[in-house]
Amino acid sequence: MLANLKSLAQQVVDLAKGAGASDVWATVSNSRDVEFEFRDGALEKVKDTTARGLNIKVFSNGRYSTHQTTDLNMDRLAGFVAEAVAITRALEPDEFRQITPQELFKNRPSDDLDLVDTHVGELSREQRMAWCREMDAVATSHERVISATTGVYDGTSRSASASSNGFVGSSESTYCWYGSKITLKDKGDRRASDGFFAGGAHVETLPPADVVARTALERALARLDSEKGPTLKTTMVVDARSAASLIGRLLRPASARRVQQGQSYWAPLIGEKAFSDKLNIVDDPLIQRGLNSRLYDGEGISARVIPIIEEGVISNIYVDTYYGRKANMTPTTGSSSNRRIGTGDQSLEELLGAVGEGVYVTSWLGGNADNTTGDFSLGLRGHMIENGQIGRPVSEMNVTGNLRDLFSRLEMVGNDVYPYSSTLSPSLVFADVDFSGV
Amino acid sequence: MTIKRRDFLSTVAAGSAVVTMPGFLAGCGVQSARAIARQAPQNPFMEWFGVDQATVARVMSELTARGADAADVYFQHSRSNRLTLEDGIVSSANSGIQQGVGLRVVIGEQTGYAFTEDLTLPSMLAAARTASAIASRSRVVGPQSFNPSSSGDLYTTTVPWADVGIDQKLPILKMVEAKAKVRDPAIEKVAVYWSDGDDRIMIATLDGKLVLDQRPMTRLTVVVTAKKGDETQTGYSNIAAREEFSWYTEERLSKMVDEAVDRTLIQFEATRPPAGEMPVILAAGASGILLHEAIGHGMEADFNRKGTSIYSDMMGKKVAESFVTIVDQANIPRERGALNYDDEGNKAGRTVMVENGILRSYLHDQISARQYDLQPTGSGRRESYRFAPMPRMTCTFMEDGPHTKDEIIAAVDHGIICETYTNGQVQIGAGDYTFYVKNGWLVEKGKVTAPIKDVNIIGNGPESLKRITMVANDARLDTGGWTCGKNGQRVPVSQGIPTVLVSKMTVGGENVG
Repeated sequence: MLANLKSLAQQVVDLAKGAGASDVWATVSNSRDVEFEFRDGALEKVKDTTARGLNIKVFSNGRYSTHQTTDLNMDRLAGFVAEAVAITRALEPDEFRQITPQELFKNRPSDDLDLVDTHVGELSREQRMAWCREMDAVATSHERVISATTGVYDGTSRSASASSNGFVGSSESTYCWYGSKITLKDKGDRRASDGFFAGGAHVETLPPADVVARTALERALARLDSEKGPTLKTTMVVDARSAASLIGRLLRPASARRVQQGQSYWAPLIGEKAFSDKLNIVDDPLIQRGLNSRLYDGEGISARVIPIIEEGVISNIYVDTYYGRKANMTPTTGSSSNRRIGTGDQSLEELLGAVGEGVYVTSWLGGNADNTTGDFSLGLRGHMIENGQIGRPVSEMNVTGNLRDLFSRLEMVGNDVYPYSSTLSPSLVFADVDFSGV
Repeated sequence: MTIKRRDFLSTVAAGSAVVTMPGFLAGCGVQSARAIARQAPQNPFMEWFGVDQATVARVMSELTARGADAADVYFQHSRSNRLTLEDGIVSSANSGIQQGVGLRVVIGEQTGYAFTEDLTLPSMLAAARTASAIASRSRVVGPQSFNPSSSGDLYTTTVPWADVGIDQKLPILKMVEAKAKVRDPAIEKVAVYWSDGDDRIMIATLDGKLVLDQRPMTRLTVVVTAKKGDETQTGYSNIAAREEFSWYTEERLSKMVDEAVDRTLIQFEATRPPAGEMPVILAAGASGILLHEAIGHGMEADFNRKGTSIYSDMMGKKVAESFVTIVDQANIPRERGALNYDDEGNKAGRTVMVENGILRSYLHDQISARQYDLQPTGSGRRESYRFAPMPRMTCTFMEDGPHTKDEIIAAVDHGIICETYTNGQVQIGAGDYTFYVKNGWLVEKGKVTAPIKDVNIIGNGPESLKRITMVANDARLDTGGWTCGKNGQRVPVSQGIPTVLVSKMTVGGENVG
């Protein structure tokens, strides 16, 4: 299968060269994805699909364009590629648009990332149904359940790339996720709802289905009787799952594109101490079975571990070849892989105990941040921290500030890494945070 | 359940464009891209997708071989083009073709779904068998031929996007950049992002209906970065519609540029408002995001048939003052959210969700309509052939009320006005929703005083509806390029509202004592 994709990618490279492209990069991919969704005791939806696609980057005399299609009929590909090259010629020249230099795809690691579980491709309808029934039984077991939707999502994706300057690569990975979303009767017309899903490349690493559904039910039950909390300045503890998305927001300005375009408050801080010395972030593409692990990136740059923040100092940002040339920065990689956030030695319970009073965030609701200034404001759900324990549930609150200030006031990090995200973060504790509520 | 203004913020090298090339095959291999989109063809099966009617009937028969209450075959061919201008040059283009067929079987509340991008009979039959596996009843007899419905006329174009070359588009991007640069010496960088596309849809249903729709779309965004001393600010504006090239008049472009520059420069003076609960005035237009999040999603009938929406038990009840009427309407010509037919082949129209303060109708797809024993409201939408449809909004707005904007501002002793937004989100069950305000103003003692920026606002849907105490007479739809996300599917939407006062909401702020 991968051999066919490689061969098609190489054929497309030859077609584009034949049509007059100076350089070309072709990626061919396909995937099979299966969804089983079960609701309140019955199968509700089955989706079983195979998808495919071709993506080409064309370089022609300093001009550049990208094209994609799902139509891989060989009779029509030649026309598609010819038009792609013609479009490229109609653009303006840009001296910084060049194909990835060969030295960046030399020394590709040979690690076995173990991203394929053959069991995934062999999963039966019976197995998926058995998981659904098991989760449904737990998810609907509480008297206040109005509705619970349980699902199993699995699949395989493959891709192969070839370039006119000698790059050849292919990759294959599997995934299997399952879990439940549960809605409970709450006060008046309100419904309390939450869910939980676990997943990974390998089936054997998943927690048992009933345990996943139990976690979903516990999370939903924790939302019952929530009320708007107070307007106050206090300590914020962000649980490990919510911390992953907060770290994602923190890192959005960390790219050569944003720096070069003047849209990053990180620009003057590169190489400087910008955040609390408790903050350590590494981009690690080589984690075995990692959700975003890879041996090369979308430009073919060989994978390596890249420190982003070391004890609060910005050591690297995401630099692709184009904006790297424009901003005179050495390419690292243009896209993130897995992010490992440095951990501490305390459990969540110990962090809450040490904090005493504050707000414990368990999920975000909307909000945004300005990458140019770092100003942010986010909606949240969670609990008040009372006497070092998880207290009454709160909702309909905002947290507002500036991301640089916030991460300068990172006081503690936990040891409880959330595993079901490519951003592997523990719980985080921030001092003096502005909350708005009643 | 999120809505985003536009994710150009995360799109690297977006750009795209198409050169008109004689003889280029649009993908089906039968007719050139230049010939599409003028009018519905005599034989769309063959001319658009290279399959004949008998083949589609055969696929339908396979799809319903194990029984079905409803079934549809959804053919789609989409072409999109993008162009990016950064640092003074249009140095990146992108073109895309997405073609495939989605096959769906519905039995009660159960759905079987498959798609294929290979429009050959064996491949379509295999996908049909996969989708049909959910059913276990006896075969239903499908149609041998399909009856075409009349074409809609909400967004007919004279020149399809496939006929507009890069050479015509480049000057537009350059003009936008030039207009922005001359506005103020503080402006350091201007980026312009163009997109256009032609979308061809053909839906054949088990009951013999055949619906064709050609859906153009275009969007233009300008991003401005300005610097004063050590401080940098970025702002943007965009416009979008189911329109053609001639829509981009100089006047329209100038207005968009002025908005982007004004929004950027005002941020040098803007601060955060105080944190906490206060009256919130929603400016006319883009503030329709309130309706989208506070009530629109909660009225989508898939949530209500499952009982998971806070609005599930409120039908026929008073939810707002009598001057509040909230509508979702697809048949508004050329709007981004407009649709002739929904993606189940039902005529899309006007649904009054709240009429004079009373909750009147959910937004239905076929599954929920059958369950409630109602006609579908034409609200079944899907991102593409890769997805099964579900109830969605189109153009959501509030009708005019009895007050004026000036009366509303004068009525507020201490609060804010919200003017521009980037995104919003809602939690269907609890009814809590948020929207992020990029630009706004403080209101003190009935007067607009100082600019504010970057605050999230959070409220509860039914509570906020009750707290709408004043509605002005200046309703308008926003022209921005809004995209709504739900269960992993993104669809274009429009929204609008007159100036409205919500007596109390929770405003994110920094100045906590």
